[in-house]
Amino acid sequence: MVLFGGAQAAVGTALVARLGWLAVAENDKYQLMSENNRVQLIVVPPRRGWMVDRYGKPIAINRSDFRVDIIPQQLKNPEQTLKLLAQLMKLDADDMDRILKDLKQGRGFQPVQVAESVPYEDYAAVTVRLPELPGVQATRGFSRYYPTGPAVAHLVGYVGTPTAEDYEKTKDPLYLTPGFKIGKQGLERTLEPYLRGTPGAQRIEVTASGRLVKELDPKPDRSGQTVQLTIDAGLQEYAARRMGPESGALVAIDVESGDMLAFVSMPAFDPNDFSRGIGQTEWKMLSQNDHLPLLNKVAQGLYPSGSTIKPAMALGFLKLGVDPEHRVYCPGGYQIGNRYFRCDAAHGSMDLHSAIERSCNTYFWATGLRTDPQQTTDMVKYLGYGEEFDLPLVTQRYGTMPNPEWLKKKYHREWQGYDSANTSIGQGYVLINPMQLAVMPGRIASGKLIQPRLLMGKPRPPIPPLDIDPRHLDYVRKAMTSVVNDHGTAVGSKLPLDGVQMAGKTGTAQVFRLGERGHQSNWTLRDHALFIAFAPADKPRYAIGCIIEHGGFGASAAAPIVRDTMTYFFDQQKAWAALAPLEKQWGGSLAERNDSQLAQFKAAARANPA
Amino acid sequence: MISSAIIPQPLARLPWRLLFLIMGIAMIGLLTLYSAAGGSVNPWALKQAFIFLVFLTVAVGMSWIRESSVKNVSFPLYAVILLMLILVEMLGFVGKGAQRWLDVGPIRIQPSEFMKPAIVLVLARFYSLLPPADIKKWRAIWPAALLLGVPAGLILIQPDLGTAVMVILIGASVMFVAGLPWWLFAGAFLAVATAAPIAYTLMHDYQRQRVLIFLNPEADPLGAGYHITQSKIAIGSGGLFGKGYLQGSQSHLDYLPEGHTDFVFSTMVEEWGFAGGLVLILCFAMVIRWGMKVSANAKTRFAQLTAAGLSATIFFYVAINLMMVMGLAPVVGVPLPLVSYGGSAVMTVMLCIGLLMALERQQRTGSGISTLRMPA
Repeated sequence: MVLFGGAQAAVGTALVARLGWLAVAENDKYQLMSENNRVQLIVVPPRRGWMVDRYGKPIAINRSDFRVDIIPQQLKNPEQTLKLLAQLMKLDADDMDRILKDLKQGRGFQPVQVAESVPYEDYAAVTVRLPELPGVQATRGFSRYYPTGPAVAHLVGYVGTPTAEDYEKTKDPLYLTPGFKIGKQGLERTLEPYLRGTPGAQRIEVTASGRLVKELDPKPDRSGQTVQLTIDAGLQEYAARRMGPESGALVAIDVESGDMLAFVSMPAFDPNDFSRGIGQTEWKMLSQNDHLPLLNKVAQGLYPSGSTIKPAMALGFLKLGVDPEHRVYCPGGYQIGNRYFRCDAAHGSMDLHSAIERSCNTYFWATGLRTDPQQTTDMVKYLGYGEEFDLPLVTQRYGTMPNPEWLKKKYHREWQGYDSANTSIGQGYVLINPMQLAVMPGRIASGKLIQPRLLMGKPRPPIPPLDIDPRHLDYVRKAMTSVVNDHGTAVGSKLPLDGVQMAGKTGTAQVFRLGERGHQSNWTLRDHALFIAFAPADKPRYAIGCIIEHGGFGASAAAPIVRDTMTYFFDQQKAWAALAPLEKQWGGSLAERNDSQLAQFKAAARANPA
Repeated sequence: MISSAIIPQPLARLPWRLLFLIMGIAMIGLLTLYSAAGGSVNPWALKQAFIFLVFLTVAVGMSWIRESSVKNVSFPLYAVILLMLILVEMLGFVGKGAQRWLDVGPIRIQPSEFMKPAIVLVLARFYSLLPPADIKKWRAIWPAALLLGVPAGLILIQPDLGTAVMVILIGASVMFVAGLPWWLFAGAFLAVATAAPIAYTLMHDYQRQRVLIFLNPEADPLGAGYHITQSKIAIGSGGLFGKGYLQGSQSHLDYLPEGHTDFVFSTMVEEWGFAGGLVLILCFAMVIRWGMKVSANAKTRFAQLTAAGLSATIFFYVAINLMMVMGLAPVVGVPLPLVSYGGSAVMTVMLCIGLLMALERQQRTGSGISTLRMPA
């Protein structure tokens, strides 16, 4: 009896102790768990920071658009609702599958996206029927918009919905929020930390089944920073359009500061389409195009420099004490060892100035063989060829500027005469990148060791002068001026302006085989056309490097594009006037041509759905 | 006892201390049900108040029953309830699937519920018939084991693990108090411990699930362990004095399942804290102590055993429920009497209270008839 009562008392004491343990000793822990139950956060994605050009003109902005979401917990009759939505918004089977999947995985209070960038008519249609669609939300959101579209495609890249892997890596609930996009390519990707901003949150009290009870004080979002680029948006668009149907790259820089003013790779995709989520057909069209619209040729393209190397090479010769007045006779070719190298023409007696002006290979072969290849190539490298730049690019390929030491390491052989010869005219192992194509003339023009820049906000360290005799620089600048303005290879590309002269150098890089120049019917076998330039010739401010893939002679394909782009700096009206007839001939502006191309491809895809 | 010239004698002679405790517990229950309904007397509090008052009246009425009458109906009552259990089992067999109740017109009778006091009465009767000298003999054990084992087995296969366990524990309590040797219970405990793994394999899936969850509720907090986890959160977040009346987020936002029935204690503690829980536990302790005192003061063996068994019934209700909601026992579906919403537990407990009051009255008066005495 006593034992029994005692046992009951013991159990009672144990229960009180347990109660005390839970409610008092572990109170903090359970209080937190209770709060976690009660309060749920709905992440409000921050507005992405803008990208503007050097004058504040928008390059990447946010456009308000319409979007339709479903709040799963408020959904009354899922099947009927989805059916009606599909009908109103013309959703296809793929969309429906995705929505159903999202609804199944979702948490009651977190919206599931039906569609974004909804056309106004569909948005209106849904809005009108909202009373019949409990749980459906038609709201205004924001989507990324690039006013100049393809012109900035490779510069800014595009944004997109985070992938499952992106989420796995960060576990950030923001990544699951409908409408949230992250930078996928280009500056959108590399500047992500600046552009993203801080998400806000709507704090709500919800029941276990996800029903909203009341809204608590929200945490406002902070939109991302505006990033100012060194790009001149107007110039960028002009250059992109001026390239027309060609495949190539153009880079313009400010020779005093290194600011990149244009960063154009053509042809290009429309980043607006990509940010919206690109269709299968459009993707197929872009990936099948032999002009590689998906490749950023500015950052990743590598080409033989061709004769554009000659001004730099000439500075190397001068540094080694080559007398610029010394003459070399060009009979139309040159014998090195047991091989005869052909020049473009029989130039006759050449000094350094005329050899640059007329792009005489014989002179450079002969002088290259007379000088120390290590030192001449060092000079070329010093001026930018083969140099990697500190730029916010996703990937940057910087090519090769060969020299005897490099050759030994890489191919385990000694530097030969023909290596000197090839390198002197920018062939052989020489591979350069379009950015280097602008930096090199920029450095020669300003006499400063400029570094290309893309972000205005970055600190500007003092730029050291080039360690080159100013008289040598002056000599080469004069020779380059003659290329365009006297009897040179690019006299057809004189600037159509009074008092402003352009200095430049043509280049033609062999793709196929040395010695088989001239017209090739097969586009992919034609030579690359290159042109480097700066202007004004007497007081340089801007430098441009341009490569047109398989464009044939540099003078005919690349130089006119550079001429018109350079004209844009000094007289925009004249530049646009030059472009108008060309665009008419090509069949419309860049955007128009992109659209018609897609339409054609889609029609073809529909005709034979293979 | 309250004595006053104004209050009529029969009323004044009721055990008011006990009745106040019972009404206090029921009041806590009603307040909690009002809160659990989001601050409304519907759908639970009002109905529960009605049920409570009905059974309170029944219990008070029962306090005039004579011990001899109780003694006499013990075996017939037991037999009738056993028959009903068998009937339930057969109906369940015919009607496919488990059934625990009989529909008698508008009333739904759950025989296993009646079996709790009935097992106390029948065992008390059995031991009161047994000569005290025989208590250590084999014949003191097997009839009792049979009387207990048959209904317990029937309830277990219903299946209703919670009630079966309670019936066994109540029966064992009576046998223990009757003076069976302690090693018998130790042996039974050992047998259960060894048989548990075998029983586990015979269990229904949902029962197995409950055992597993009890052993490790955090393994799947959003799935099967949800009940226990949420109950612990509700109790733990209450702190010393609770979140305040009608302020419990766990129960009001439906995170706590069954917050008005089995987990009503969690609802209460969330709002009233450790202090509130302690008061409720103390109230129950005093009720049980009152019952045990009735047992201790009993003049007959039958009364002694009955009072101890009925007190044990209340004790096991409270203890199993509290252990369950605080994560010390698996969730077996035992409500907190007088506090949880529902009629069955109120009925059983009030029957126990009624019988206890009857026994107590006779201790005071020496007979089943209330004799007139001058107020002191």
